[in-house]
Amino acid sequence: MPVLAPPIAPSTGPTGAGDEPPVSLGQLRSARQITWARRRRAMARFWRQYRRNKMGIAGIAILVFFAGVALFAALIQDPNSVNPSYVSGPVRHPPSLKYPLGTDNFGVSVLSLVIAGSKISLLVGLTASVITMMIGAVVGVVAGYRGGAVDTVLMRITDFGLVLPWLALAIVLASIMGPSLTTIILVIGLTSWPGTARLVRSQVLSVRERPFVERSRALGASDRHLIAYHVLPNVMPVILANAVLTVAIAILSETSLSFLGLGDPLTVSWGWIIEKAFAGGATTLGAWWWIMSPGVCIVLVVLAFTFIGFALDEIINPRLRER
Amino acid sequence: MGTRGYVLKKTIQALLTLFAVVVFNFLLFRVLPADPVDLLTRGQGLRLSAADKVALRHEYGLDKPVFPNQLIIYVEQTFQGNLGTSIILDEGRKVTSLFAEFAVPTLVLVGTSTIFSTIFGILMGIYGGWRRGGKFDMFAMGFSLILYAMPEFWLGMLLILLFSTSLGWFPSSGRATVGVDYTGMGHFTDMLNHLFLPCLTLTLAYLGEYYLIMRSSLLDVLGEDYITTARAKGVREKFVLRRHAVRNALLPTITLIALSFGFVLGGAITVEFVFGYKGLGGLTYEALLSQDLPVLQGIFLIASAAVIFMNLFSDLIYGYFDPRVRKA
Repeated sequence: MPVLAPPIAPSTGPTGAGDEPPVSLGQLRSARQITWARRRRAMARFWRQYRRNKMGIAGIAILVFFAGVALFAALIQDPNSVNPSYVSGPVRHPPSLKYPLGTDNFGVSVLSLVIAGSKISLLVGLTASVITMMIGAVVGVVAGYRGGAVDTVLMRITDFGLVLPWLALAIVLASIMGPSLTTIILVIGLTSWPGTARLVRSQVLSVRERPFVERSRALGASDRHLIAYHVLPNVMPVILANAVLTVAIAILSETSLSFLGLGDPLTVSWGWIIEKAFAGGATTLGAWWWIMSPGVCIVLVVLAFTFIGFALDEIINPRLRER
Repeated sequence: MGTRGYVLKKTIQALLTLFAVVVFNFLLFRVLPADPVDLLTRGQGLRLSAADKVALRHEYGLDKPVFPNQLIIYVEQTFQGNLGTSIILDEGRKVTSLFAEFAVPTLVLVGTSTIFSTIFGILMGIYGGWRRGGKFDMFAMGFSLILYAMPEFWLGMLLILLFSTSLGWFPSSGRATVGVDYTGMGHFTDMLNHLFLPCLTLTLAYLGEYYLIMRSSLLDVLGEDYITTARAKGVREKFVLRRHAVRNALLPTITLIALSFGFVLGGAITVEFVFGYKGLGGLTYEALLSQDLPVLQGIFLIASAAVIFMNLFSDLIYGYFDPRVRKA
């Protein structure tokens, strides 16, 4: 049990859910209510700052659009619409009213392919980034908080990970594990954590020395409590901003790996479409629509995540705002 | 610590990392579930008797325990420059001899594109950072972000569509025209013609990143006190930029560019594949397809070695130009 856990009283007063204006602290009775009121106000303040950033808003708009497309693909789209055996469209037809993004060399609508691919590309990007953040955060927090020999060993490993050329390592790992979706996710997660670990460690080092941590320790707080209640909440914003940028990199990595044929050969992703387009001679046959569509989606989603990451960074690092 | 101590320390660190990569490389390929002898004979379609397999295992030292005997053999041979032989791609050929053949085109491609993207990225970054928020800066920022968001190979395919398929200006594939024997100048221009598109692809792919790095590094420096001092002394703006700002902003930029070398190598793999350019990248793809493990293992080793070397290079450059680093 955390030594200094706030007393938890049953909630009796007004809870102030939803869009109500922030209640003044005087009206609240329990510690939990005070905490939540504070959190809500912090969120509102954050959103007011974020809203001013045009790029950040554009990023969210693009992302909401693609999340909708991916949801559509997962729930409504007929899986047979991308199966060459079930379609009878013209082969490599340029964009027309019936096929807004043209067709591939089996007569499958490229629009259907791109919609189906959005699901996998976003899924791989998000999952791989979660793995990256988990490993990076654990290594960074442990190294930064413990210091000493543990820090030295972990940072040596991290530096070593930074040196490895990621695509070559990914290719080796993927060829050992065999091509599949899991392989791609694991490979991206396992190769991209060192940067995050370094960033988290440097933040932990500065948080660790702050007076409130010292005070808590003087009052007898355990390491677990200090990490969970003081270090992590203060490092979290940096971890999240970095996570958003990691998703962009993970989506690009997924594309490269799928393009090299290391993904699941039967699952449509944006990289998979580009690979099939290249193998099907789209470049030499001039079938630009087949190549353009998945690539433009990748560029848009990567840009969206990058914009959001930059916007978050600006709020977290006030120094950047001067630029 | 003096200069010699700094150089020595960094070199020893690089060598230790290299050693760790060799050991890691050994372990990586021992995770494989398949029996190396089965793998080796798979391509040859041989049906070996159990006794023959035992003999082969003995010949390759596979009957010895993995630790430490096999590890020692591997490390010893690697440092003697023996990376084994290709088992499928070019059966029986030494991996090092394969590399010697394929490394030159890759060095030419990666070298020229790195030079171009560095020079243009830095020049554009200086101008954009100096006139921050101006028309050029806005345009270059947007352009850089879009380039950054593109997979290199997709950019390459777009360039093929434009310059090769529709305009017909440049060949889309290979390193030289097949079936024609050019000599002298003709051969040279033919090679340049084939180099143009892959080189342009890699240059553009990293130009945006280098622009952003140089720009933000210059902005950092422009916020320093000594710039204000220089301006207060009445130094002309042109000289503030050239003598005070750019010089100090270049150093971190060059370092970051050297550090991003690992990504350039990765980009070379997909771009060489797209352009059918026979270099180490193309070789990697073929080795991957045919599961030629000794070749893959060798590629991983030299790619890591290249990154380690570039890191050492950037450390030494930094130490040379910034004496503060040497003392730290």
